[in-house]
Amino acid sequence: MALIDLGKREIHCKIVYYGPGRCGKTTNLIYIHHAMTPKARGKMVTIDTKGDRTLFFDLLPLHLGSVRDFDIRIQLYTVPGQIMYEATRKLVLKGVDGIVFVADPLLVRRQRNKDSLAGLSNNLAELGVKLAEIPIVLQYNKRDLTESEIPTLGVSELSSDLNSELQAPEFTATATLGEGVFESLRAISKLTVHQVAEKNRLLD
Amino acid sequence: MASFILTPKKVNAVHELIDDKLIRAGVKKVMIIDEAGNIITECGHDPAITDPTALAALTAANFGATAQIARLIGEEDFTLLFHKGENSSMYFLRLDEELIMLSIFSDEVSLGLIRCRADELLTPVKNILKGSDNGIN
Repeated sequence: MALIDLGKREIHCKIVYYGPGRCGKTTNLIYIHHAMTPKARGKMVTIDTKGDRTLFFDLLPLHLGSVRDFDIRIQLYTVPGQIMYEATRKLVLKGVDGIVFVADPLLVRRQRNKDSLAGLSNNLAELGVKLAEIPIVLQYNKRDLTESEIPTLGVSELSSDLNSELQAPEFTATATLGEGVFESLRAISKLTVHQVAEKNRLLD
Repeated sequence: MASFILTPKKVNAVHELIDDKLIRAGVKKVMIIDEAGNIITECGHDPAITDPTALAALTAANFGATAQIARLIGEEDFTLLFHKGENSSMYFLRLDEELIMLSIFSDEVSLGLIRCRADELLTPVKNILKGSDNGIN
């Protein structure tokens, strides 16, 4: 649920990075955190990580400039990807305004991507939101692995698996190197702010 | 999903009520947040709070997590939470299904007083924030 503060002229939106375990959601946030100036971002909060896995969520607040006199403030969240944390994922999705679905290209994780997207759809439905109606972009991460000997999925296979119905904007990325990270963020921020502004007639 | 629209009139009316009931009673800081972790508005000042954004996000998550605990004992939700610290304590009260009020206070202020005053604020604050500007005197 976006917050529009007419007194301070601010729009606050919540964007959630969703995807199967170890697909690189937290890596996206860490790259954004390092790449942005301290003025444009708040402190990154990471809760209860065990090894390199997120157990609750990560949070990174950003200040993305202004649109029509409104300051745009975005809070980026990640969800834990592991199957057992379904309840936590649903909790983090409360009040979500936009989603980046991060897909893992490893061939062995093909079904996990599909299951995670289906889980996203179910969790949103339980919160009264339709997946087709919320701004979403797909990020096909870890493209650097395609040059290794590990069996991976091509972009067209990932797109066919995950985006044939959604028809959402899609981006290739190597989050560890920052490739595609800001392209995905820019796209989802634009879509999200536009939808919030349009719904509330702030662009009239 | 509907957006939450906050007008200066609503903010002023809520601040007046919170100042009168809680800040003057010695509460250091009061924040009203939503379940998405957004800060709707805040009153008072506590120099120990350097990252209110994280505080709001964690409070929302805390409420969500304890709601899961509540279900394990056959309850739908816990409507209030209290965390006791050595110097500062926190009292959380759910105003409705979306809004949470948190008060931060020192051990010089009694928990009983905070509970009574926060309960008195529950309905008027909720009505102001969820109603229209026309309903505010």
